[in-house]
Amino acid sequence: MEQLSTYRAGPDDSGRFGIYGGRFVAETLMPLILDVERTYKEARNDAAFAAEMDYYLSTYVGRPSPLFFAERLTRHLGGAKIYFKREDLNHTGAHKINNCIGQGLLARRMGKTRIIAETGAGQHGVATATVCALFDIPCVIYMGSKDIDRQAPNVFRMKMLGAEVKPVTAGSGTLKDSLNEALRDWVANVETTYYLIGTSAGPHPYPAMVRDFQCVIGDEVREQITGAEGRLPDTLVACIGGGSNAIGLFHPFLDEKNVRFVAVEAAGKGIETGRHAASLSAGSPGVLHGNRTYLLQDSDGQIEEAHSISAGLDYPGIGPEHSWLHDTGRVEYVSITDAEALEAFHLCTRLEGIIPALESAHAIAQVGKMAGALGAGNLLVMNLSGRGDKDLDTVARVSGVGP
Amino acid sequence: MPVTRIDRRFAALRRENRGGLVVFVTAGDPDPRTSAEILRGLPAAGADFIELGMPFSDPMADGPAIQMSSQRALKGGATMKTTLELVADFRQRDGETPIILMGYYNPVYIFGVDAFLNEAKAAGVDGLIIVDLPPEEENEICLPSRMAGINFIYLTAPTTDEIRLPRVVEKASGFVYYVSITGITGTASARIEDVRKAVERLRRHTDLPIAVGFGIKTPEQAAGVVAVADAAVVGSALVGKVTENLDEDGKARPGLTNAVLGFTAELAKGVRDARLKGAA
Ligand SMILES: Cc1ncc(COP(=O)(O)O)c(C=O)c1O
Repeated sequence: MEQLSTYRAGPDDSGRFGIYGGRFVAETLMPLILDVERTYKEARNDAAFAAEMDYYLSTYVGRPSPLFFAERLTRHLGGAKIYFKREDLNHTGAHKINNCIGQGLLARRMGKTRIIAETGAGQHGVATATVCALFDIPCVIYMGSKDIDRQAPNVFRMKMLGAEVKPVTAGSGTLKDSLNEALRDWVANVETTYYLIGTSAGPHPYPAMVRDFQCVIGDEVREQITGAEGRLPDTLVACIGGGSNAIGLFHPFLDEKNVRFVAVEAAGKGIETGRHAASLSAGSPGVLHGNRTYLLQDSDGQIEEAHSISAGLDYPGIGPEHSWLHDTGRVEYVSITDAEALEAFHLCTRLEGIIPALESAHAIAQVGKMAGALGAGNLLVMNLSGRGDKDLDTVARVSGVGP
Repeated sequence: MPVTRIDRRFAALRRENRGGLVVFVTAGDPDPRTSAEILRGLPAAGADFIELGMPFSDPMADGPAIQMSSQRALKGGATMKTTLELVADFRQRDGETPIILMGYYNPVYIFGVDAFLNEAKAAGVDGLIIVDLPPEEENEICLPSRMAGINFIYLTAPTTDEIRLPRVVEKASGFVYYVSITGITGTASARIEDVRKAVERLRRHTDLPIAVGFGIKTPEQAAGVVAVADAAVVGSALVGKVTENLDEDGKARPGLTNAVLGFTAELAKGVRDARLKGAA
């Protein structure tokens, strides 16, 4: 594979990472998308905006999140030295809030009086509802009916926070369908409404903007690991739904030649069964939800349903920057099944006293697979993207844990 | 680019001094046979142009009526290949009525842009509307389709401002489609006064004919629209006639085709009478 001099320059002016990305949206939305882009560019160069971000990230979200040496897991696996980046300790329990603070401030700057969002696991919905409560902006969350069933605690939280949760029954009743409904709402309410996308996907500038807001994760890791170990990590691991927690961890390190990146997709019941959410491992490039990227689709370009035990990974697409990083070979994309993730969920809970989100458990399972072979000298940082409180029902049901 | 059936039809309408009726149906809805039957009957029922929906699993700009029609078609086995075959079948009997394929980019992209344009041209397609391809993405298929002699029809919306409008109409051909509401298909209807103002604004930027769609549900509304624009597009209301004429298993009831064509005739009458009244 040819090495590029930088992997951090994208996207270009048309929102492309290589052939991926772009602005594949209806004309009705286009002027607003351009407006978001303009406002975001201004905000990025505005010290006052940065100061406001920092203020909320430190006093409200609780940043920096700790970098924790997972000593028992390290000993158990007998190989790489494993650190967890503790995004689960953020206010609202996942990395999603980093992006919501950023976009919430942007919506306010644009004078929007209503915020909509899609959610899968409910973590992004909760984070959005939280920021809307904080900034006093009415909030509507679209959530698939299947996800409402399996992430009930988060539905309750969103409602308590004052959000209106609109169930989506179309299609498979999961994240993809919630995105469709949110886009339909947005088209009908462009004047007043800001669409707060929860992952590094969608039309330009969202993939880049969400990435930038999540880069706080990788920036902190750089400082923290240098403080703890006196050097940069060798291996970074994160799970992938749309790809925001992974890109947030990876991006600041992409040009460090000696760092290896492993991103973990959901293999569901197994890639060979067709019941999975592994767009990069088993999909092909197409155009959906405003961007060109790898998708799960049939030979006629119809989008297929994804499957994962984890609602936050249950999406037939992926952010465009990951598609590009995949094709360039800079990041390795692997997949972990429902069963492997569940096992890792229990392992982490027992060994470290940390109940991880099922999404993050996919990353833990991958660490379990590779740590032994890496050897004791290898410094590995894994993004523990969220906590597992929301998943207790699901896990209890499939693992048969009684009260 | 060469003169197309779309250009010829608008020229004929101008000679007749009347507005045009554009009808939207989804290819393969509710089943291949009925869909072909509907298509064949549309010109005689008074449709001046046919917009044929290319079914897609995730129609983001469409309301429930067209979402359901797309799903019915897919369930009935519709693919890009069967959609193009449907057009070819229609063309064997009708060499004049323009057919505009409308839909989302992914099925076209996966078919392959060049293969798609070749086969669409050969089947007798005259125009393309791809909802999720704004001018910013014109390299994808807008420019190639001009080369292939197929009109790429651009959508303009109430949100398309003065600065943007020239860029949107610059590469347009065939006609300009005005989406009269900020919203999805089959929901709200615009006030005719707003449509009139919007069309006047568009005319300052283009000499192309202007068709207005989204939210036009009745012959009266269609008549109102052609009093101020060159054509009115009716989609969800027509597709609704398909939905109304399905049995419990979702199969076409015997009167389905006649219901769709009958409603088309009512719309056509509304459209044809509009200018006469206006002139009287
Ligand atoms: C805890 C957690 N991790 C990961 C994800 C996946 O999203 P992304 O790939 O954007 O980080 C989600 C999504 O809901 C989540 O809640």
